[in-house]
Amino acid sequence: MPEIKRKYVIPGEVVARGNVRADLNVMRVNDQLIATRVGMAEIGHDVVRVIPLSGPYIPRIDDLVVGKIIDYSAFAWEADINSCFFGILPAASVFGRDYSPAKDSLTEKLRVGDMVAARVIAFDRTRDPLLSISGPGLGRIPRGQVAKISPAKVPRLIGKKGSMIKTIEAGTKSRMLIGQNGVVVIVGAPDDTIRAIKAINLVEEEAHSADLTERVQSLLGMTIEPRQDGEEGEQTQEESNESSGENSMQEGSPSEVPVENEPQGVVAADADPNQSAQEM
Amino acid sequence: MGKQGGDSTRLINEQGIRLDGRKIDELRPIKIEVGILKNADGSAFIQFGKNKIMAAVYGPKEVHPKHSALPDRSVLRCRYHMSPFSTEERKNPAPSRREIEISKVIREALEPALMLEDYPRTAIDVFVEVLQSDGGSRCAGISAASVALADAGINMRDLVSACAAGKVAGQVVLDVDDTEDKEGQADLPIAIMPSTNQVTLLQLDGQLNDEEFSRAFDWALSGCRKVYDLQREALIGRYFGKNEKPMEIEQ
Repeated sequence: MPEIKRKYVIPGEVVARGNVRADLNVMRVNDQLIATRVGMAEIGHDVVRVIPLSGPYIPRIDDLVVGKIIDYSAFAWEADINSCFFGILPAASVFGRDYSPAKDSLTEKLRVGDMVAARVIAFDRTRDPLLSISGPGLGRIPRGQVAKISPAKVPRLIGKKGSMIKTIEAGTKSRMLIGQNGVVVIVGAPDDTIRAIKAINLVEEEAHSADLTERVQSLLGMTIEPRQDGEEGEQTQEESNESSGENSMQEGSPSEVPVENEPQGVVAADADPNQSAQEM
Repeated sequence: MGKQGGDSTRLINEQGIRLDGRKIDELRPIKIEVGILKNADGSAFIQFGKNKIMAAVYGPKEVHPKHSALPDRSVLRCRYHMSPFSTEERKNPAPSRREIEISKVIREALEPALMLEDYPRTAIDVFVEVLQSDGGSRCAGISAASVALADAGINMRDLVSACAAGKVAGQVVLDVDDTEDKEGQADLPIAIMPSTNQVTLLQLDGQLNDEEFSRAFDWALSGCRKVYDLQREALIGRYFGKNEKPMEIEQ
């Protein structure tokens, strides 16, 4: 794997020059590649990008998001996905192609105020993002406590190969579902949930510190495991997409299923079948 | 508001020292803090001499009323406001003609730096609240607002740094304060995008000849560069601590 150089940048700073591809949060002006956000620049041989450290959630296709149903019309639900754009969940994607507004009632499936785990299936900024709840782990979230974290810090909360989420889940005996939009659902006993929220707040406040997993472990009263290679560090957007998405909630689950009976429960990141994407 | 010129003997003495003890090409002390308001998406506080100015950014967010949304880009809305306690005599908190004008020039100074097309159908609100004023508050407000926008994580082509120069007692000076602004002959506030070397604000109140203008412009530019260094330092300090070296992350 080619070496990647890193440096801190603010908007307007030149990240790299020459024939390099501009990836996330980098724009090209003539020969220069310029950062557009405050963050850490990753300069590879052929591509540069800036991992932002603040900012709103802008949907991206295939993101797993946690949203709250705020309205519905004859043809779609509208969900608040913690973004400046509202998520649109078409009724036809839930009821099937033979959906008819005369026959089916949207409130049978989802009501205003319900929380849903959904995937962004289409978005190009010209229209509101299109959501889908068909897929493994998607659908109505029957129970849990909602917490929020800055969307820019979601990769840190998941950790490399899901290390941080595993640590918090093990330390609090709770299960977490982390949306890329910074909304987290925690399922567990009340005391455990409170401790999990404290851990999430610690990740939010100390996101830039290098020994974050150790600090979370000591907050949760866990024995601190020696740090392994590849355990710590900022996770790239792609990695976090994979680890949070592939095995989050149990299949479907719009119905009320007791959490104990769920084979996988609200788990965001263990035994990821898609290892190749994480090894980048 | 024409500049009449005043008691010029007092404003700069024989040694070239100004009323507040500065040299003619010296800035007032500047301090910038980032991210101090919890409820705003981005915020900054600037002390520019005796100026104390808070800038807060909200957004991008939904536009209300909806008809003012633009289909291809975000709407930038700025509000420059002086608190009733910011001046020696109580200032009426209602927006004055001057505040409405400064709100507009701040918006126009920030707009070129923002990638508004990345957030269509949304609005970005910028609030510049002057808590204590001492001349040059539009420049300090622009500098603080640009840092607050970067703190809010809005895509930007560059930061915006602003500084003024002017003419006081017949001499070109850098960074005019309140007394010099009132008694002096000219005030030239400028704002630039430092990395791209573009001017986003240039106003001139008073009269300068060609040579004076060139010198005042150059000095104001150098002032902007110093402001930029402090903006950068404040942002880096906020996000990465004082240590500028990126933390080691293994692959």
